[in-house]
Amino acid sequence: MNRLTVSPSPHVHSGDSVKKNMYGVIIALVPALAASLYYFGLGAAIVTITAVVSCVFFEWAIQKYLLKNDSTIMDGSAALTGLLLAFNMPSNLPIWIIIIGSLVAIGIGKMSFGGLGNNPFNPALVGRVFLLISFPVQMTLWPKPIVSQAHYLDAETGATPLSVMKEGLANGETVSTMMSKIPSYTELFFGNSGGSAGEIAAAALLIGLIFMLIRKIITWHIPVAIIGSIAVFTGILHLVNPEVYAGPLFHLLTGGVMLGAIFMATDYVSSPMANKGMIIYGIGIGVITVVIRVFGAYPEGVSFAILIMNGFVPLIDKYVKPKRFGEVVKTAKA
Amino acid sequence: MLKTFSLGGVHPAENKFSAGQKIEVLPVPEQVSVPIAQHIGAPSEPVVAKGDEVKVGQLIAKSTGFVSANIHSPVSGKVFKIDDIIDASGYKRKAIIIKTEGDEWDESIDRSEDLITEVTASPEEIIKKVGEAGIVGLGGATFPAHVKLSVPPGKTCEVLILNGVECEPYLTADHQLMMEKGDEIMVGTQILMKALKVEKAIIGIENNKPDAIKHMSELAGKYPGITIQPLKVQYPQGGEKQLIDACIGRQIPSGKLPIEVGAVVQNVGTTLAVYEAVQKNKPLFERVVTVTGKSVSKPSNFLARVGTPLNQLIDAAGGLPEDTGKVIGGGPMMGKALSSTEVPITKGSSGILIMPDEMAKRGKTEACIRCSKCVSVCPMGLSPYLLMTVSDKAIWDRAEEEKIMDCIECGSCSFTCPANRPLLDYIRLGKGKVGQIMRSRTK
Repeated sequence: MNRLTVSPSPHVHSGDSVKKNMYGVIIALVPALAASLYYFGLGAAIVTITAVVSCVFFEWAIQKYLLKNDSTIMDGSAALTGLLLAFNMPSNLPIWIIIIGSLVAIGIGKMSFGGLGNNPFNPALVGRVFLLISFPVQMTLWPKPIVSQAHYLDAETGATPLSVMKEGLANGETVSTMMSKIPSYTELFFGNSGGSAGEIAAAALLIGLIFMLIRKIITWHIPVAIIGSIAVFTGILHLVNPEVYAGPLFHLLTGGVMLGAIFMATDYVSSPMANKGMIIYGIGIGVITVVIRVFGAYPEGVSFAILIMNGFVPLIDKYVKPKRFGEVVKTAKA
Repeated sequence: MLKTFSLGGVHPAENKFSAGQKIEVLPVPEQVSVPIAQHIGAPSEPVVAKGDEVKVGQLIAKSTGFVSANIHSPVSGKVFKIDDIIDASGYKRKAIIIKTEGDEWDESIDRSEDLITEVTASPEEIIKKVGEAGIVGLGGATFPAHVKLSVPPGKTCEVLILNGVECEPYLTADHQLMMEKGDEIMVGTQILMKALKVEKAIIGIENNKPDAIKHMSELAGKYPGITIQPLKVQYPQGGEKQLIDACIGRQIPSGKLPIEVGAVVQNVGTTLAVYEAVQKNKPLFERVVTVTGKSVSKPSNFLARVGTPLNQLIDAAGGLPEDTGKVIGGGPMMGKALSSTEVPITKGSSGILIMPDEMAKRGKTEACIRCSKCVSVCPMGLSPYLLMTVSDKAIWDRAEEEKIMDCIECGSCSFTCPANRPLLDYIRLGKGKVGQIMRSRTK
């Protein structure tokens, strides 16, 4: 007779896997990648390929020569980090800077903590913020969309809507004057503006969100909390003084809000476990983003906000528990 | 929208291959091994000795406490020996082994098929009868039924909830019982209602059994106070706590019993056994068992005597398939993998699931990626990832604080985990240890 396997229940599995989730996120990023290639052409292609290849390479090399453990590059997480890192950089960034960013993202952001599952901070953002601080000039030269299609290092650059607004307001201009100097909301929604390679097209990023929600890769809590809190906070400011504070739509459609809310803050490893915790985390990111953008020195604050809230995740997980069964005794009559 | 329970849950592939298969009476085996511990509570004590002649339905082991159950002979013949056998737990346990001679039933058992609808027994008589007949929860938990019917002083039962959910994939025994023994279940429900002194009974049935919902709803019209509650398919809806929540929207507080929210739950199979015990004087010595699996040639529902070796049921379903890798007593989510097909059927055997080799092995365990899917599927609102970590690191006070004892071991977390982490294995380990600590504290 056959030898029977004896193991504890359950004896079936959903078939879900780490790989399926990682590649699921990568598929969800395809519309944004397409938008990025459309607006920034050659530069976007070079930046994306360089970041993905070097992230995968560094993970492989660190595991083979330093950690000497089994390679996990096929699980898709290193490629995903590379893709997200590329999306957070201008499309005219020199290759050597991208490689340094990838090394910091994978080497310091991820592998130094023990690899996938152990990194307290979002690795792609660790890489991005490292570059922003180390190479402030290169990291804030933004190629102009469409006209840059056939250019890489020689792309014609301009300011992002966020920096246009920030500078204008600092020089005493009003919000309404500045609004006339940036692309319309429709153009912003479809991505026709300056910015990081993958952050510009809100429409493409939202398609990715819908895909991930349908495939149950992520839940709605974090994106909705971030987008909602930014809308509410900037909405209040705008109502207080519409000439000093730009409206919610401006803040939602510019910079990295959509990319951050949908793809960066929802990183499994560096976000909270309970739904309530996810909402607190999301609101924290939204509030910090607005504070940096409106009152801080930088025109954009999404990356910093996410990294700061990443730091609070262990605390949130410790004190915010999921709703327990029977916690609130319902007294409704049968 | 259809009702279901409020927290978590998963939806595994249903694979109800044996659905619609008429209940087939399995021939009486040549020999039965009846374990004396086949219910929750104290093992029973044999009242027969080697060489004794027994009839079908005769008491062979008696209950040894309030939470314990009588056991009756499933066959007629001679007691061959009382000895240790390997039972479904994989351990050696004492069993009464009887060699069959003929099929002579105890004279007091009414073997006719006539439906007796009039309930003449008083509530006290019903509870006594259910206790005497050795009825335990037939859904698989095997908790003695008379204990649940004895409402503790100071508590009142407002509603009886019947479990016709059968949320375990593959299993169809309860489904088929509702289709074939609907009237008997209805009368059984009336008996239970009388014992509990309630006016209302709800039978919860999942929406993947539309024929049973229709059939039982038609029958319910003839019996006062019984309503059928169709439920959205969601595992573990057959869990007592989840079923009460789904049917009446009340959640049992941590560590409490269903009576705390005015409910008592019984399985439909148990209800049929109650009918037979009270109206027909027939103790519990046979039950319906589903034999199923992907490679099983004839997935079936059998009426089998307790103590029948598993392989007789498997043979009747077309034999053990070539590619067999695992044999499970019960369903795939909470059933127990068996080390041998020699083990006997007990009162709690709801099914035998035969899995091909390629499904028998678990996937490779990877690092936790903190995706929080285990948290979102937990029907008790626990944090399985954390319970696994604290159990692994033996931080028992934290495990207790995180309500590890609330875990119902439904397996939704391990089922869902993309990294194939053995969450429930570790939680079971932790539960055992924390339970021990908590008991030593009250001593």
